[in-house]
Amino acid sequence: MPKAVDIRICMGTGGIAAGASAVLERFEEELSSTGVGASVRENCSRHNVGCRGFCARDVLVDVILDGERTTYQYIKPDMVQRIVEEHIVSGNPVEDWVVTDDYHNFHEKQVKVVLSDCGEVDPEDINSYKSRGGYKAVESVIGSKTPEDVIEMIKSSGLRGRGGAGFPTGLKWEFARKPESDQKYIICNADEGDPGAFMDRSIIEGNPHSVIEGMTIGAYCIGADKGYVYIRAEYPLAVKRLRIALEQAKEAGYLGENILGSGFSFNIKVKLGAGAFVCGEETALIASIEGQRGMPRAKPPFPAQQGLWGKPTVINNVETFSNVPYIVTKGPDWFSSFGTEKSKGTKVFALTGKIRNTGLIEVPMGMSLKEIIYDIGGGMERGEFKAVQTGGPSGGCIPKDMIDINVDFESLAKVGSIVGSGGMVVLDDTDCMVNIAKFFLEFTQRESCGKCTPCRVGTKRLLEILDRVTEGKGKSGDIELLLTLGQDIKDSSLCGLGQTAPNPILSTIKYFRDEYEAHINEKRCPAAVCKAMLTYTILEDACKGCTLCAKACPSDAISGEKKKPHVIDQGLCVKCGACFDTCKFKAVHKE
Amino acid sequence: MQEALDRVIEKYRLEEGSVISLLQDIQEEFGYIPEDSVSYVSDRTGIPQSSFYGVATFYAQFYLKPRGKNIITACCGTACHVKGAERVISRIRRELELTDGEDTTQDGLFTVEDVACVGACSIAPVVIVNKEVHGKVSATQLLKEINNLKKETDA
Ligand SMILES: Cc1cc2nc3c(=O)[nH]c(=O)nc-3n(C[C@H](O)[C@H](O)[C@H](O)COP(=O)(O)O)c2cc1C
Ligand code: FES
Repeated sequence: MPKAVDIRICMGTGGIAAGASAVLERFEEELSSTGVGASVRENCSRHNVGCRGFCARDVLVDVILDGERTTYQYIKPDMVQRIVEEHIVSGNPVEDWVVTDDYHNFHEKQVKVVLSDCGEVDPEDINSYKSRGGYKAVESVIGSKTPEDVIEMIKSSGLRGRGGAGFPTGLKWEFARKPESDQKYIICNADEGDPGAFMDRSIIEGNPHSVIEGMTIGAYCIGADKGYVYIRAEYPLAVKRLRIALEQAKEAGYLGENILGSGFSFNIKVKLGAGAFVCGEETALIASIEGQRGMPRAKPPFPAQQGLWGKPTVINNVETFSNVPYIVTKGPDWFSSFGTEKSKGTKVFALTGKIRNTGLIEVPMGMSLKEIIYDIGGGMERGEFKAVQTGGPSGGCIPKDMIDINVDFESLAKVGSIVGSGGMVVLDDTDCMVNIAKFFLEFTQRESCGKCTPCRVGTKRLLEILDRVTEGKGKSGDIELLLTLGQDIKDSSLCGLGQTAPNPILSTIKYFRDEYEAHINEKRCPAAVCKAMLTYTILEDACKGCTLCAKACPSDAISGEKKKPHVIDQGLCVKCGACFDTCKFKAVHKE
Repeated sequence: MQEALDRVIEKYRLEEGSVISLLQDIQEEFGYIPEDSVSYVSDRTGIPQSSFYGVATFYAQFYLKPRGKNIITACCGTACHVKGAERVISRIRRELELTDGEDTTQDGLFTVEDVACVGACSIAPVVIVNKEVHGKVSATQLLKEINNLKKETDA
């Protein structure tokens, strides 16, 4: 009896960027009638799977031979032939290319709920999801349980929204269930505007059916028959897979009229965002679906009372919805066994920046930051750990000496940051904290919709101050001005964008005030990032005269004879850093 | 042009709040939002032109001017920022001789634009060249790519 072989290739955005399509093509060739694997091709199945988190190692390929799984990393098309020949045909895995210990360490401490099927199921095949228990939740709920029972279940699981604010999901559904209305809506917020985060993209790319299933259960609970997924247009692959999944769910009878013969009907439409961060805010998102400029409005009334087209509406995040089917099938007690007293379950984080193992991780709420960075993330890539930025433009920085903090809603809020959507950008000693604060302010200032004055004008003023500080023109009193103005903007802005925009500044001043002071008083950037305060020089002893830097220099500021030390003309230097990047001998010095 | 626009209008005829979808489809068709298309669609749908321009100028995705033949989208999100995206971007802008505030080269061959995050942060810095995502890019690699694209159009 020939052995069954299953080949799974990671086809998320990360995998495709690393060349996964070409790898798949090579597998097809080698397993065709003329390839080296012709003899076993009848028993081989090939599947595209979504992201399994460790994108830094892409392309990742699983070969499952008779139930035995081997995972390969960094696979390129020209490596495929050997894998087919030695492993698939002859049964000897190619040890050189098998994932190393850190791949296992990366996964060991993770607990996967939302991501449990990501990287396992074929996102473009509903049967693949069903074979792992998919749509069991909908089947067990619709027509068999009352909406009130299901809401009670979600409430007792302790699930809180994963979109940022952490509002209890069951409660939100209850609010929207109560009002009598001829029409209600359910909306999935897949706008994921936080730069540096990709949880929602990966979930939709990896397992879109879990989101659809969660939305359907939500709709059943509140009595909605129409739903929308508001998704960023910057995520073309996620949009494509979501559309395929919606078609398949409809065909299989999990969406549409009279679902599973219960009399309950529900349809979902896809709405593409058009590139505005503020549209992640729920009232702005509603305005955007209505086809208007995406500007927020004052709350109350909350969307649960008056939402889309004035009707009761529930808006939840992608990850929130994706948790729901697992809670229903495995039970609320199982779910609440993970996490802390007030933050139940797990949270998906996007671990990026200067860390060795960048990627997508899912951990129980309350895990210490240290475990996340050192055990899962594998520690720093090169430099020395300085801080973690969480929560994106609405969040803050957690400095080195707080690395033992537990990562959950309450603990992070206490130190002036937030869990937010789940972005975690790790910073090292070559990152300037004033520059990071300015980076976020530039973002929020650009994205401010302009409706309320504190946010529109206030963020502009904040940015002007940061501009002059990073240009070496800071004045004494600037730090105090940033603090008071920041607090005023927080207190008086209309929506969450303005109310949180000053956070990156406030938190970096709180923990890295000395860096601000060095910029202002000494006109010095300790991390050597802020251009205006930098000088590039060539170290005579280290320079081999290879001329690479002179070729790279865009302003012809570097001169010197071949094989002799070069010099930079400071008057011509535009401080672009091209020489620093090209020098192979570390002979370019910046300070 | 009319034929394409009629198709777009028909597609969203029964939908409420379709201004954004209409504009998205127009842009898909022409690569930007031509002035004539707005007046035509406005006449046919009864939606005032001001609504279209109000929306088109609010969202970053819409372009009121034609764009280059090749589109280079550089991510300037947080993860890419800390991995040196800025230096990569300024290097390609210099190579293409784009001055401040300019996105498209004189010859209309290239448009360089930025985006707030493409969600591939674990392979930062990320640059998209004509819809293809490149991770862990360097300036040298991109300059090569740009030269290849230039050659392709010369040929
Ligand atoms: C400026 C701003 C941007 C936001 N962006 C997002 C986003 O991209 N995705 C998201 O799910 N929630 C976002 N939110 C939060 C939403 O307003 C809303 O609270 C959330 O979608 C509710 O879902 P949840 O209860 O499941 O978390 C944003 C809020 C603000 C103020
Ligand atoms: S920050 Fe560049 S892809 Fe996310």
